[in-house]
Amino acid sequence: MSTAAPPLPADWRDFLALTKPGVMRLVVFTGLAGMLAAGPIDPVIGFTAILCIALGAGAAGALNQWYEADLDAMMRRTAGRPLPAGRMDRPAALQFGVGVGVFSVILMGLAVNLLAAAILAVSILFYVFVYTIWLKRRTPQNIVIGGAAGAFPPLIGWAAATGRVDLLPVLLFLLVFLWTPPHFWALALFVRTDYANAGVPMLPVVAGERTTRTQIGLYTIPMAIVAVAPWPLGLTGAVYGLVALAATAVFGWMAARVALRAPVEGDAMRPEKKLFAFSILYLFLLFGAVAVDRWLPL
Amino acid sequence: MTPDHEDLIRKRQRDRAKVTAWLLGAFVILMFLIAIAKIRAGMA
Repeated sequence: MSTAAPPLPADWRDFLALTKPGVMRLVVFTGLAGMLAAGPIDPVIGFTAILCIALGAGAAGALNQWYEADLDAMMRRTAGRPLPAGRMDRPAALQFGVGVGVFSVILMGLAVNLLAAAILAVSILFYVFVYTIWLKRRTPQNIVIGGAAGAFPPLIGWAAATGRVDLLPVLLFLLVFLWTPPHFWALALFVRTDYANAGVPMLPVVAGERTTRTQIGLYTIPMAIVAVAPWPLGLTGAVYGLVALAATAVFGWMAARVALRAPVEGDAMRPEKKLFAFSILYLFLLFGAVAVDRWLPL
Repeated sequence: MTPDHEDLIRKRQRDRAKVTAWLLGAFVILMFLIAIAKIRAGMA
């Protein structure tokens, strides 16, 4: 008598992949910058806060992949992830995501403070329920509203260090919130076919390329204002102000190129790819500067 | 189930058990350090 081979247990590396380590890097960095900008914190408590932010982001990423396994299977960029590739079963991903998420919030509440834990919980729930489950498949505004989920880490970092929320972390929240549309729409312009095949209503798929380019240009304007605002408002010094001015000028120039351009058939989309790549560097520069500014004020 | 398949299952289980053990060890150390930090903050 022959018996069917039992399924392979998922490799631990696949659980790690479920947490989207690439996205987590930016989340951890902005959280760390928010925390350093707030002022001194016990190194162990600070480390724990960043660990909780990373775990919370990882949990949100895992739950996102659990819910979107069908979409991921349809897109070349995501087809190799553990769930669509069949290297893990969905209940394992769900249990992992819920477990790590709950653990991160409890640890933040016990070791750091309740405000940071509450914002962390809201950010995980917002990413999973508002962005992933509610908005992503329904509206081209998915990443505009959903962008708020990725904007929470500097707020959490600040709350971890101070136990409160002030104007500077709110501006940092708004910066990431307004940065998200140009960042994702630049990506959506050159992977449009993938999104269209999967039926995700990204702006280029629903409203067309021209509208998307205009929206990239329009969102860059308030983003630039929010990026530079902390300096004239006296919330940061010249280190942040000068970095923000220079980096925002480059971002604005690249976004304007994308906004005003009309690509021809078979276009390599180089300006769009450059804007997408620079937008990541842009956040690293600004958040790096806001942290350095706190410790090296000019 | 072939012997190769069984070996692979055992290897995956061993690897996961090792990673879990390391994470638990790190968690115990972290909780100890948090306790020390909280005690220090309470005394300051």
